[in-house]
Amino acid sequence: MRFDRHYSGPFGLKLAAACGLLFLHLPILLIFVYAFTTEEKSYQWPPPGFTINWLMVTWNRPDVWQALGLSVRVAAISTVIALMLGTLCAAAVSRSRFFGREAISLLVILPIALPGIITGISLRSAFSIAEIPFSTWTIVLGHATFCVVIVYNNAVARFRRTSGSLIEASMDLGADGFQTFRYVILPNISTALLAGGMLAFALSFDEVIVTTFTAGQQQTLPIWMLEELVRPRQRPVTNVVAMVVVIVTFLPILAAFYLTRDGDQIAGAGK
Amino acid sequence: MSAASVTAAGAGAPIIMDGRRGPLGRLSDLFWRNPRLLLFLMLTPPMLWLGIVYVGSLFALLLQSFFSIDEFSGLIRYEFTLKTYGELFQPANLDVIVRTVTMAVAVTLSSAVIAFPIAYYAARYAQGKWKALFYLGVMLPLWSSYLVKVYAWKLILAKEGILNWLFAKLHLTWLLDAWLSLPIVGGNSLSFSYTGTFIVFVYVWMPFMILPLQAALERVPATLIEASNDLGAPPGQTFRRVIFPLALPGLIAGSIFTFSLTLGDYIIPQIIGTSRLFIGQAVYAHQGTAGNIPLAAAFTVVPVVVMGFYLWMAKRMGAFNAL
Amino acid sequence: MLAPNSNSKVTMTSAVSFQGVSRHYGSVRAVDEVDLEIREGEFFAMLGPSGSGKTTSLRLIAGFEQPTKGHIEIFGQTAEGIPPYRRNVNTVFQDYALFPHLNVIDNVAYGLMVKGVARAERARAAVEALALVQLPGYSDRRPGQLSGGQRQRVALARALINKPKVLLLDEPLGALDLKLREQMQEELKALQQSLGITFVFVTHDQGEALSMADRVAVFNAGRIVQIGSPLDIYSRPASRFVADFVGSSNILPPDIVRRLAGQDGWASLRPEMVRLTGTASDGALQARVVSTSYLGSTTRVTVDADGLRLHASLAAGTPLPAVGETVFINFDRQNLHIMEGEQ
Repeated sequence: MRFDRHYSGPFGLKLAAACGLLFLHLPILLIFVYAFTTEEKSYQWPPPGFTINWLMVTWNRPDVWQALGLSVRVAAISTVIALMLGTLCAAAVSRSRFFGREAISLLVILPIALPGIITGISLRSAFSIAEIPFSTWTIVLGHATFCVVIVYNNAVARFRRTSGSLIEASMDLGADGFQTFRYVILPNISTALLAGGMLAFALSFDEVIVTTFTAGQQQTLPIWMLEELVRPRQRPVTNVVAMVVVIVTFLPILAAFYLTRDGDQIAGAGK
Repeated sequence: MSAASVTAAGAGAPIIMDGRRGPLGRLSDLFWRNPRLLLFLMLTPPMLWLGIVYVGSLFALLLQSFFSIDEFSGLIRYEFTLKTYGELFQPANLDVIVRTVTMAVAVTLSSAVIAFPIAYYAARYAQGKWKALFYLGVMLPLWSSYLVKVYAWKLILAKEGILNWLFAKLHLTWLLDAWLSLPIVGGNSLSFSYTGTFIVFVYVWMPFMILPLQAALERVPATLIEASNDLGAPPGQTFRRVIFPLALPGLIAGSIFTFSLTLGDYIIPQIIGTSRLFIGQAVYAHQGTAGNIPLAAAFTVVPVVVMGFYLWMAKRMGAFNAL
Repeated sequence: MLAPNSNSKVTMTSAVSFQGVSRHYGSVRAVDEVDLEIREGEFFAMLGPSGSGKTTSLRLIAGFEQPTKGHIEIFGQTAEGIPPYRRNVNTVFQDYALFPHLNVIDNVAYGLMVKGVARAERARAAVEALALVQLPGYSDRRPGQLSGGQRQRVALARALINKPKVLLLDEPLGALDLKLREQMQEELKALQQSLGITFVFVTHDQGEALSMADRVAVFNAGRIVQIGSPLDIYSRPASRFVADFVGSSNILPPDIVRRLAGQDGWASLRPEMVRLTGTASDGALQARVVSTSYLGSTTRVTVDADGLRLHASLAAGTPLPAVGETVFINFDRQNLHIMEGEQ
């Protein structure tokens, strides 16, 4: 154990850790500054002046709204599918040992372990072979595939912590399998599922690599941004969209964090 | 031996309860008697999805890599050949592969070096509120938008951007120019050099290194480190002999992400970097404008093979427990 | 009271009956060819070291396990193939297994809730059950906010609310400290007597088994090695294992037994039946005092008789021999018990 609770580590280590964290956060903070710059043509630093004018301009852009709408729709559908598939898989893997169990966890992890471009091009060539036209559903097909693992990981971790005797206790008291699922299993894994669902939503909302292969002519918000990055046309609008995307993705992540924090992770947080 | 016959046999108050009747109750009994059936039913939907949608597509792609493109008509010839794989070994294509793998290795090593102090501090010293804050401090950048992060670096690395401004303020512009005039790593400006590509890769993938590393370090009992110090090992030796070997599975798990993500990325080098292609860009170009799907497919097999080998190694070293 | 002679076939209703029941996991025989009759309304203890098959036997009654071989009846009805939720048998789990997402009242009322009893009705029943286990006023707490003893009472109330015909208790007192454990032993015993429900109780603590149970089955290596009243088990252990596991005992090899009692076979002699005297009497063993340890109400004296270590438990107030002193071992012949279970 730590003998001295107030000893916070060697100075060098502290400095390195702090610098590392700053390195991670400063660039994102910079986005917030640029969203209000008056400069239109370049990325000039320091900004010559500040304005909230571009917020209004962005608000009135139908292409941004359309891209946002598609992104939300895709993320929502993908999350629902991932929740069902991921939970089923996690329940099966946690409740029993069977032949091929390892292979299944590997198969679930594969879509994020392999580079996204492989998933993307595979799906695209499969669509072209099967002559499936691009639609919202082709995007969903790709997104749900790599979202499954997020839900799966969250659910497996929770199943592992949920005592097996709870299920036995429920059955002992007269609840059949369905009642046990409804009244004991579901309430115990619900926060983990909610967290997994939010992270899956954030992941899907943000995904660009697989989407470029499965979207055809449709524009999700990340694809809209990618086009702006490659061929900048409206830098100030892009700045604002970038800021909005940061805020929109932070919320589910924060929520997921508070849903899954357990005793030891924030032990002593109340002190 | 059905439930019904047993209840019928009981006289007076039933000992074996009637329970819930109806189809759900009977289905529940069925699952209880045949747990394998339930397992099969639970696994069927995810396995169908991943097996057909994902693995099916992967195989379709793999199959395409054994076709070739007719040089005159530009159409795909659907007959088995290894010609396309042969093309991978043309100097231009080999160049792409070597460049990408080198970048992936450099990014992975640097991420590990920068990530280690953060993970180590969070695992061993941070407590209570600080621990939660550290965790969030890593989670937020990890989950925040990939494109926004790349965009932020486009802002930073731009000629008129904050980094050049900072160097000018510190009167260090000469240092930056000297670096940029170096071969390979240099270039016209930071946003058009491998250095720029490298920095962004490290930035974007580093959180994926921190989390598994921290998870592994959390599992190193503090008493073990104290024991090593007690036995008179200098800090360097404690690190080499005790901490590093125990953190290795986490390091490998993290490197799976940084390595794989760098291998397959085609957006970062497209936005920040030179005009020379990485594997991802080559794949994208071949399947898109050039219409050479077989060569694109063959290119994707490279990271799959590299990652397959890497995962196999990682599994042998027990890295999956730290995921 | 129960007849001391346990092998006379009793005509009372059998609550639980095992006929040649085995439960194997691969090559491991957790329960091996067990025959068992638990009578209606009795407090039955299954005693044994860990891995002896007592908990598996309990799980077979509850329905969490299915026998590999043999036949189980609960109140005359076949139990194999009947899921736990169709058995009117309830369990108090070792770790209590309280539902962490429900408060105390909903935990206790769970069994009624899944049966479809109306909310008001089951709340009333739950309050009643909590009063029965002497835990009123905690209805809105979560299990995480309760002490170990309180959780135990909630688990008990939750199991009793279904009015089970058999209540199974899996090491229910294991997690409690000594003082609380003694108090709960008395309460459980009183509860069982007032409710008249058959209690089947699993424990590795012989003191618990002896003090609470009407009858005790001693398990070892998947088999029952002895069934009988606590008095039976304690004073007439069937084998060296029982003599050793239940209380502590002096185990005398056949040659000594022949010399002292003129009988054949292994014998057990409880330490409290041993008297140490300073003067030789007819046929008494001579021994040297090795050590004495003071235990409060008694003092435990270890003596050595030609290489045979024996213990005597002397009541407070008895004069104590000094270490190294030569003493003679005396006892009443009827207290020397020949163990039939040993060849």
